[in-house]
Amino acid sequence: MGGRIIKASFRGSVGSFSLDAAFETPARGVTALFGPSGCGKTTVLRCIAGLNRLRQGYCAIDGETWQDASSFLPTHKRPIGYVFQEASLFPHLCVRRNLLYGAGGPRRAGQSDAIRFDEVVDLLGLAALLDRAPRHLSGGERQRVAIGRALLSQPSLMLMDEPLSALDRQAKDEILPFLERLHESLSLPVIYVAHDMDEIERLADHLVLMDAGRVVAAGPLAALQSDPNLPLAKTRSAAVSLDAVVESFDANYGVATLVVSGGRFLVPASRVAPGESRRIRILASDVSLASEVGPRSTILNVLPSRILTGTPSGEHEITAILGLGFEGDGARLLARVTRRSWDLLGLEAGMSVYAQVKAVAFAPGRTASFHG
Amino acid sequence: MSALSPETWTAIRLTIELATLTTVILLVVGAPIAWWLARSRSWWKEPIATVIAMPLVLPPTVLGFYLLLALGPNGPGGMIAGLWNERTLAFTFEGLVIGSVAYSMPFVVQPIRNAFEAMGDRPLEVAATLRASPWRAFWTVAVPLARPGFLSGAVLGFAHTVGEFGIVLMIGGSIPGKTKVLSVAVYDYVETMQWREANILAAGMAIFAFIVILAMTLIEKRVARAGR
Repeated sequence: MGGRIIKASFRGSVGSFSLDAAFETPARGVTALFGPSGCGKTTVLRCIAGLNRLRQGYCAIDGETWQDASSFLPTHKRPIGYVFQEASLFPHLCVRRNLLYGAGGPRRAGQSDAIRFDEVVDLLGLAALLDRAPRHLSGGERQRVAIGRALLSQPSLMLMDEPLSALDRQAKDEILPFLERLHESLSLPVIYVAHDMDEIERLADHLVLMDAGRVVAAGPLAALQSDPNLPLAKTRSAAVSLDAVVESFDANYGVATLVVSGGRFLVPASRVAPGESRRIRILASDVSLASEVGPRSTILNVLPSRILTGTPSGEHEITAILGLGFEGDGARLLARVTRRSWDLLGLEAGMSVYAQVKAVAFAPGRTASFHG
Repeated sequence: MSALSPETWTAIRLTIELATLTTVILLVVGAPIAWWLARSRSWWKEPIATVIAMPLVLPPTVLGFYLLLALGPNGPGGMIAGLWNERTLAFTFEGLVIGSVAYSMPFVVQPIRNAFEAMGDRPLEVAATLRASPWRAFWTVAVPLARPGFLSGAVLGFAHTVGEFGIVLMIGGSIPGKTKVLSVAVYDYVETMQWREANILAAGMAIFAFIVILAMTLIEKRVARAGR
């Protein structure tokens, strides 16, 4: 199953904007296209959908070619589901008929199960809305209907263009859990355009970083977060997202033990079941370094690790990338420390240190589907 | 209503027949033209739109003159009439229909084109991402969304056909039961000093015009509301 892959490469201009973007990503899980506004994310997504056509384009999903030098499959023949920034429901149809507009087409080969109407209505909480007209729905409700409508067209690839950006905070919080449940319950690959790192840390498995019409980097989320050469590790809110498995839960203290590659974290939790997968997020500014195990402290997590690189962030700070474990070959962490401490402790790449982690946060609501 | 003479009733019937037939033809022919004008990026779409709009400003006598040439024995109309062994389409009901279609075309095409343009690309893009072929998207999305445009196009096309006078006189004359429509009938009654008949018809057409314009305004209000 490891061979399923999405290949996309588009070169050309749309109006005055020039795009030269190429990437590959696995055809499973959520791939986020991330970058500043106007960097061409949406154009790439539209090209994959066939809504824009650039002269030099190549697009193949799972071995099936949608566009190359000599062929171009029109949008309505591509097995996609597309969620636009604005819900764009058909105003002349009620919610039920919007949902069913693309349904009833042939089931795709290689798709194990059809996505059923009742299932979608249930998953997205649409039962009470079915007979309403779109103009009587709130922004969040509309976007949920739009997502359901796309799912019911039985896509083999979901394309989502900042589906939350037109919504206020409250509506966002209302939809994110649905997207997370979607991710858990359907084995449908998703390409998700976002410019909000929060959404990405909650949803994405893979990341394609874009800037000014070009792809800067592409790979697994955690790898790009902890790449010293990429801008992500340099931001104030730099963090790593790790998919961890619950090893045990101490109900007495309300503390869960989570395993990641190369280490264990103790995390305060209300209720988690052993064996469950959870995504955790660790901010670079919550990790400090010690050259030896200090006296006992209230910090729950002190993990042996090795410094892989240390890069200056601004004038007075160093961002260190750590590999968990004595050999440093486990999961990666980011640590933001002052240059003064760095020099005082004589830290440098290759050294063994202890990472003191002040806070480990669960990515809210999410149970990762990744089993490593 | 026995106050009206049989001749007047004939004119009323003829007018309704002409306007209905013209409107139906214009909706069938005008919708694809409006679609093309709204969506094409071709450079010659505006020149074509201009040709369609010309009856708006041309004196009816000028349009009528050219139509007379076209419909007459030496024009294409004469050739068509030859198919059923007639010499000309001028001064016939068929000729009147052709003239009315040309004259009322802009009043039907323009509102439909506006409606297609106002809805933008998005609904059609959405339809395409939901596997709808362009043909299905046209019928299930574009036409329903442009319905107010079709409605005002139909009302305007019908009303203008009822109200046309100059062209009818040029290419139709005033043959009772064949080409003598209401507007011409009013003219004839005034000419022959039949004031009572003229009064009734004129008042009737004034009321008709009032209703049409009121209906149009209400439709447009609805469009504005739906477009929000």
